[in-house]
Parts: sequence; structure tokens; C-alpha cells
Amino acid sequence: MTLLLQFIFSGLTTGSVYALVGIGFNIVYNSTSIINLAQGEFVVIGGLMMWFFFVGLKLPFLVSFTLTLAVAGLVGFLMERLTIRPLIKKGDLLLMIMVTIAVSILIRGLLMFKFGKDPYTYPPFTVGEPIVFLGAVISQQTLWVIGITCICIAILYLFFNKTMTGRAMKACSLDIKAARLMGINVSQIVMLSFIISAVIGAVGGIAITPISLMEYDKGAMLSVKGFCAAIMGGLGRGRGAVVGGFTLGILESLTAGYIHSGLKDAVALFIMLFILFLRPAGIFGRSEIMRLRKF
Amino acid sequence: MLVIRNLDVYYDKLYTLKKVSLHVKQGEIVTLIGSNGAGKTTLLNAISGLIRPAGGSILFNDEEILGKTPESIVKMGISQVPEGRLIFKTLTVEENLLLGAYSYYSIKRKREVKEEMEKIYKLLPVLKHRKKQLAGTLSGGEQQMLAIGRALMAKPKLLLLDEPSMGLAPTVIHEIFKYIVELKNLFRLTVLLVEQNARSALKISNRGYVIETGRIINEGSAEDLLLNRDIQRAYLGRDLDSEVKI
Ligand SMILES: Nc1ncnc2c1ncn2[C@@H]1O[C@H](COP(=O)(O)OP(=O)(O)O)[C@@H](O)[C@H]1O
Ligand SMILES: [Mg+2]
Repeated sequence: MTLLLQFIFSGLTTGSVYALVGIGFNIVYNSTSIINLAQGEFVVIGGLMMWFFFVGLKLPFLVSFTLTLAVAGLVGFLMERLTIRPLIKKGDLLLMIMVTIAVSILIRGLLMFKFGKDPYTYPPFTVGEPIVFLGAVISQQTLWVIGITCICIAILYLFFNKTMTGRAMKACSLDIKAARLMGINVSQIVMLSFIISAVIGAVGGIAITPISLMEYDKGAMLSVKGFCAAIMGGLGRGRGAVVGGFTLGILESLTAGYIHSGLKDAVALFIMLFILFLRPAGIFGRSEIMRLRKF
Repeated sequence: MLVIRNLDVYYDKLYTLKKVSLHVKQGEIVTLIGSNGAGKTTLLNAISGLIRPAGGSILFNDEEILGKTPESIVKMGISQVPEGRLIFKTLTVEENLLLGAYSYYSIKRKREVKEEMEKIYKLLPVLKHRKKQLAGTLSGGEQQMLAIGRALMAKPKLLLLDEPSMGLAPTVIHEIFKYIVELKNLFRLTVLLVEQNARSALKISNRGYVIETGRIINEGSAEDLLLNRDIQRAYLGRDLDSEVKI
């Protein structure tokens, strides 16, 4: 029982990051129908840039945090303006998805150039004794990761439901023509979706690095896991990615704990194959929504 | 108010609008009738800035709007109710209306948006009763009302309506047209109405144009068009030549 609880908490921690990456996939997908396969790189940017500002330059924590998010947002912005914007008029989705792969390789290369191949880490946000809950030992950073993820989700919820810009983003994902007739500048919304998804990916990276270390090449695997989280919940559905991310994290941690740690990374691939063959609308998604989508 | 001259539109190589000229005067309801594929939607989309015409000019209050972005055209006071309504089905009725005000919304003008919304709720009480409901759950007629309400939220001077009667039952169509006249008077609108349902549309109009395969082939006062034999045959479902006089 204690062990199970321990596994679940460790699953929720990695699951948080998958959820954040998954939400990023959804936000970009909703405004453009593009799968941004560079999504995982923003988590790495988050972890490594935080190290750079916080440990490397010894800036205060909050300043480093803010600067890191700014860098991630800037990368998201540049990515959209330089690669997606020139192509989006043509509407060739496959080409744009391939371009996102190219961007991810470029980001990885730049990160390796700057940081090398070593793993990086920095101290947890707060020092102190781990919390013991029903026998399971939970580090404070674990709570930070889960807490920050929940805060992100809450902020996004408020953004999409209480602000005009958030509503405009939803409108674009529902009907581009109608959105344009409302006077919504779709190109700006697309740009914003890249920035937001980059920033929330970076938040995940900043929070998880003290626990799981960060290397320049973690992005690809994170993209796969995040994508898995997103399709588990039905691509495009915000809440789905959250449930998907946490579920995937827990399944991985149970697999690693009870079966074999080598199988951990295979879980996501099994789930994705399962979904692609049997339920293309996602495990938690509804099939009608899928049919309305472009692909 | 709206003057279109020699408008040419191509879809790739397909010559779709051919030297279209028409005008709408302040306070008028003008109907454009034409069958499926004639180019009606294309014309409205060109006015709204959604597609780029190859040539011609579109003057709105003496200002050239051809080449402007849809955003700036909405801001200038031209709102379109698109074909098939295109309401945001998974958003609430209220969110749909709020999005209608997107073009001038800001924290400072929140109050103005609220007032506009109350005005629309007063005229279309069905929307008020269902404001928290998802727009997709409304009936066809209600969805059309919502689409019109959403367009009015932008405070337009010129309203473009693309086949508002499409897919609706005859009694509902009657009601929609009644509302269009009412709203036009209350909001001091000018209306360009596109319809296949020529009779109902012409009945509420001052003037009309007939478009066929991208060309304006006829124009005149609504009464004249309603009485015109060719038009009756083609669009009003009546063939006088084969009718037997008693
Ligand atoms: N996006 C498009 N791309 C290519 N051809 C189009 C497009 N939209 C409409 N058309 C063609 O242009 C012509 C006019 O269409 P449309 O303006 O929608 O007619 P209407 O609204 O009168 O039914 C039709 O032949 C249609 O097939
Ligand atoms: Mg049409």
C-alpha cells in the first residue's frame, strides 16, 4: 500500500510535466491543426535556462524564473514568426509538422552547443524535510511540481473562459472564418498559442529539474510523452491532456516499479499504438469531435 | 454607402466574379438573388476582406476598403452574418455575443459591450433565456438569431446577411425576415441581403440585383423584380407561360 502510494506520487510528478506538454500540444493544435513536435524542447529550455540564470549567473530565484519564461516565450515567438507564419497560408499541414521537427533539432543543437551533454540540476525550491503521508515519502519539490501544474491549469482555465483574448483563441479553434468576421486577427492568435505553449512547457521544465535532472536531449522523449497525454484525452481537449498526462505518469511509474524500469518508456508507445488502432478519438475523448476535425 | 465597381474575383484560375457592380444606399435593404454557385458568398467575403479580389473597387462611405484586413473592415462598421451561421457551437450563447464585440472590446469599454448585449437580449429574448446554454443546443432559427445578434454586437452600420433562411422551416423563415426589418429600423442599419429564397427577401427589400455565374444580369426595384417574368421563372418557382389563364 505504501509502495503503491509512493509510485503514484512519483507518477503524478512526471505526469505533471506530460500534462503541461500535452496542454501545449492542444493549444497549438487548436489554433492551427499543427502538431508541434518541438513542444518537448521547451521543457528542456525551461530547465537549462533556469540553471543558467539561477546557478550560472546567480540571479535571484524569481528573476531567474521570470527570465527563463521570457526566453522560452521568445523562442516560441520566433519559431512561429520565422517558420510557421510563412507556411501557414499554403495550408500544408504535413510540411509544417516536419518544420517543427526541424526546429526541435535546431533547438537541441543550440542547447548542446551551449550546455554540452552533461545533466544539469539545481536545488529544490524550498529546503526541508520530506513529508510522510501514509508511509509514503514525498519530497517538497514533488509538491511544488504538482502544485505549479495545478496553478498553470487554473490560470489557463481563467484565461480561456474569462478573458476576451482567451475566448478569441477558442473561437479560432472552432471556426476560423467566423473568428475573422468577428475581427479577430488569427495570425496574432496563432503567435500567442505558440508563446503560451512554450511558456507552460518551460514552467514544467523549471519545476521538474531539481528532481529528475535535465539534459539537452530530453526534449524528443518529452514530446512523445506529451503527445501521448494529449491524444489519450482526445487531441485538442484541454482537460483531456491533464487527465492523460497524470494517467500516463502513474502508469509509467507503476510499470517501472512493479514490472521493470526498462519498460517505462515503452508505456507511452504502447498506449499510442493502442489508441491509433482502436480509438483514434482518444481514450477519454469523444468520437464526434474527432470527426469534425480536419484529420 | 456601399459602392462596388467592376469587381473581379478569381479562385486560382477560376473566374468567379465578373465585373460586378452594385451599390447600397444608406438605410436601404438590398437583396442579391442568385442560385447556388452564382458567386453570392464570394461577393460578401470580398466585401468583408476575407478574399482578395483581383480588380475593381469597393467604396464604403467613400473610402476604399478593398485590400483592408477583415479586422479593420469590421471596425469600420461592416458586419457579416455568414452562410450556415457559423456560430461557435461549443461556446455559450453569451460568449458568442461577447465575441461579436471583439473588434472594439477593451476593459474601458466593457460597459458599452454590456449595454449592447442588453439591447440585443431585449429584442431577442430567446437568447437571454438561453444565455448560459451552449449555442449548438439552440434550434436552427435560434441559431440564426444568435448569428445575427453576434454580428450586431459589433455595432455595424452595414449588415451583410448570407442566406439567413437556409435550412429553416417556412414559418421560421417568415419570423427571421420580420426580425431583420425590425432590427434594421431599431439599429438604423443598412442591409445587403443574399438569398435564394427570392420572394421573401424581395418583399422586405427596396431594391434587388440578380447574379448568375458571377455576373449581375438584372437589377431594379423590389416590385419590378417580383413582377419580372424571367425572374419569376428562374427564382420564384412560377412559370407564367405555362399557367393557364382563366
Ligand atoms: N474557396 C473556394 N475555392 C475555389 N472555388 C470556390 C471557393 N468558394 C467558392 N468557389 C466557387 O465559386 C463559385 C461561387 O461560389 P459561391 O460564392 O459560394 O456561390 P453562392 O454563394 O452564390 O452559392 C462556385 O462555382 C464555387 O464552386
Ligand atoms: Mg453561398
